[in-house]
Amino acid sequence: MSSTTLTERPTRSTLFDGLSRYIPVGATVVLLAAMYLGGIARYRNFDNPQLIPDLFIGNAALLIVAVGMTFVILSGGIDLSVGSVMAFSTMACAWLTVDAGLPASVAVPAVLAFGVLSGTFTGAVIHYFNVQPFIATLAGLFLYRGLTLQISDHDVSIREIDFFSWGMERVEFGDPRDGGFSLPYISFIAFAVVIVAFVVLHYTRFGRGVYAVGGSEQSALLMGLPVARTKIGVYAISGFCAALGGVVAAFYTKSANPLAGVGFELDAIAAVVVGGTLLTGGAGFVLGTVAGVMVMGLLSTIIAFQGNLSSWWARIVVGVLLLAFILLQRVLARSGEKRKG
Amino acid sequence: MSKASNAGRTAGEGRAGAYLKRLMWPLIVLAALLIVNIAVTGFDFIVPDVHDDRLSGAFVNILRRAAPLLLIALGMTLVIATKGIDLSVGAVYAIGAAIACQYLAGRDQSAVGAVAAAVALALAIAALIGAWNGTMVAHFGVQPIVATLILMIAGRGIAQLITGGQIPTVADSSPFVELGRGAIATVPVPIWIGAAVFAALVLLTRTTALGMLLESVGGNPEASRLAGIRSKGITVLAYLIAGTCAGLAGLIGAANLGSADANNGGLWIELDAILAVVIGGTALMGGRFFLLGTTVGVVIIGTLEVTIINVGLSSQWQFTAKAIVVFIVAMLQSPEFRAWILRPFRPRAAEPAPTDPDPEKALAK
Repeated sequence: MSSTTLTERPTRSTLFDGLSRYIPVGATVVLLAAMYLGGIARYRNFDNPQLIPDLFIGNAALLIVAVGMTFVILSGGIDLSVGSVMAFSTMACAWLTVDAGLPASVAVPAVLAFGVLSGTFTGAVIHYFNVQPFIATLAGLFLYRGLTLQISDHDVSIREIDFFSWGMERVEFGDPRDGGFSLPYISFIAFAVVIVAFVVLHYTRFGRGVYAVGGSEQSALLMGLPVARTKIGVYAISGFCAALGGVVAAFYTKSANPLAGVGFELDAIAAVVVGGTLLTGGAGFVLGTVAGVMVMGLLSTIIAFQGNLSSWWARIVVGVLLLAFILLQRVLARSGEKRKG
Repeated sequence: MSKASNAGRTAGEGRAGAYLKRLMWPLIVLAALLIVNIAVTGFDFIVPDVHDDRLSGAFVNILRRAAPLLLIALGMTLVIATKGIDLSVGAVYAIGAAIACQYLAGRDQSAVGAVAAAVALALAIAALIGAWNGTMVAHFGVQPIVATLILMIAGRGIAQLITGGQIPTVADSSPFVELGRGAIATVPVPIWIGAAVFAALVLLTRTTALGMLLESVGGNPEASRLAGIRSKGITVLAYLIAGTCAGLAGLIGAANLGSADANNGGLWIELDAILAVVIGGTALMGGRFFLLGTTVGVVIIGTLEVTIINVGLSSQWQFTAKAIVVFIVAMLQSPEFRAWILRPFRPRAAEPAPTDPDPEKALAK
């Protein structure tokens, strides 16, 4: 980082350099604060200390999946299979513990390992056979939804309640009466995923590789970066996160629904984009994704507080937010191009 | 003009020969599926018969039900030809259905004028949405997958807004349901509409310069612009056609059901349409398109769904079967995969690195 002062700043600046690369994520944070303050001003009980922690309970699975999606999108790809992989993982947890009679302590690691393997396979197909990520993960979307429906076409309750109720055991922070709140263990799983992802993206060689491949795969290859390992790695991470999201959903609902998570990939992509990550790859932050998930959670909360708004307004507002962020990114990219010339 | 570009591409082969070559694999797959069905259910499967002045039979039903998918896939073919993709068609399908049914729900449904107005209104809005997508792509420079993702997410919300969260129904006596269930000269109306749109698009793209312009924009938008083609207008037009086709498909679907379900109407139809286009031999890279191939792809998907039931598998196999088809098609279209799989069969002299033990590693280099 210090070496940048030694050389003249290149005239051909990259897309989001300097301070301007913080503009999208800054906009997300401003939006988040505005939504929260607006909520406090408008609704009673909106300042309940449990309100913000609740965002991380209902959206724990979305946060985990969106973090995995952030890796894929940063590398310039897209993963449409996460919703199906998540539903399949939840169903596999139920099936392995109920029908196959495996203890949950074996079933859960097996499901997570499956997530990594399926992601690795998808990544290998994308990299070695040069299949478009959109098409390769589309196959995953159909395949895992089909497998989920073949295991069961109706809801399955999860046994091993002792194990799966661990996830919803709450940790109290202070007394609820004077500003305290509580969080279940699944929220801490989500936080751990975010922290690990943050460290990996910003402080490891692999993380720098993800940004480099997303910026320009050709340049990354010419620089001698391990493009194959990076590209396969991001899909493995996304597969792992989707499987973990499914396990967390199993903790949360203690049942598996074969049609759970239909359209979940769209929520995850929307959260990543609203979090300020460039959909073409190469620019963005994992903490922005956290903010994006919080925006989407807060949106549902506000609609619930308003009471007379129907749930479809959430979809429309998310669409408008997406539009705003995509246009903002275009404007920033255009101004970057102008500086170049 | 399209003749010239086709002949140039296939280097000396005749146009018919080139078409046959590109259609060969889809047609073989379709024939195999048909043979499986005939083997299981007998020749009744393919031979239509006339009941109550209309054609019926398993295969006619497949074509009738595939008509909405055909319309969407044809529009998608043009968009993909411009190197784009339209993810919002499923949502536009729902919006088109919602507008028409909601408009009719409060009016005299047996009046032809009201039905015509409902259809016109739905198609106009669908065209507008398509033009919006095209403007985002062409004028704002947003990636197609991103630009259409916005409406893919928001579109079903808009459809629910239009219907107020209800499922509006249209009475069976209304002329509107004829769009989905009626028959003209014994042939079901959806098949007529599908055939008409197919013929119109083929004429529009292959007898005028439009097809070549679409291909040139898809091949290289900047070069086409420098060559004097209004590439932005062409792109907007492609999305506009795709949106209109999706709206029309929604009308047929709603007419068939007599209702509009904003949540589930046309769910995943965009993925089926992309699958049909890819099966039909139109590459996602853009720069060329193949409407007849898309049509065969749509019939393959329709037949596949029926085949699964006919051979005694549960309907849950549909997703798995589609996944397998997507995977095989993607693999066959990948030059890297073909090179890798054909490697053992090549004569030894042609092998670039015969001593390399791991072909995947060699590919990575």
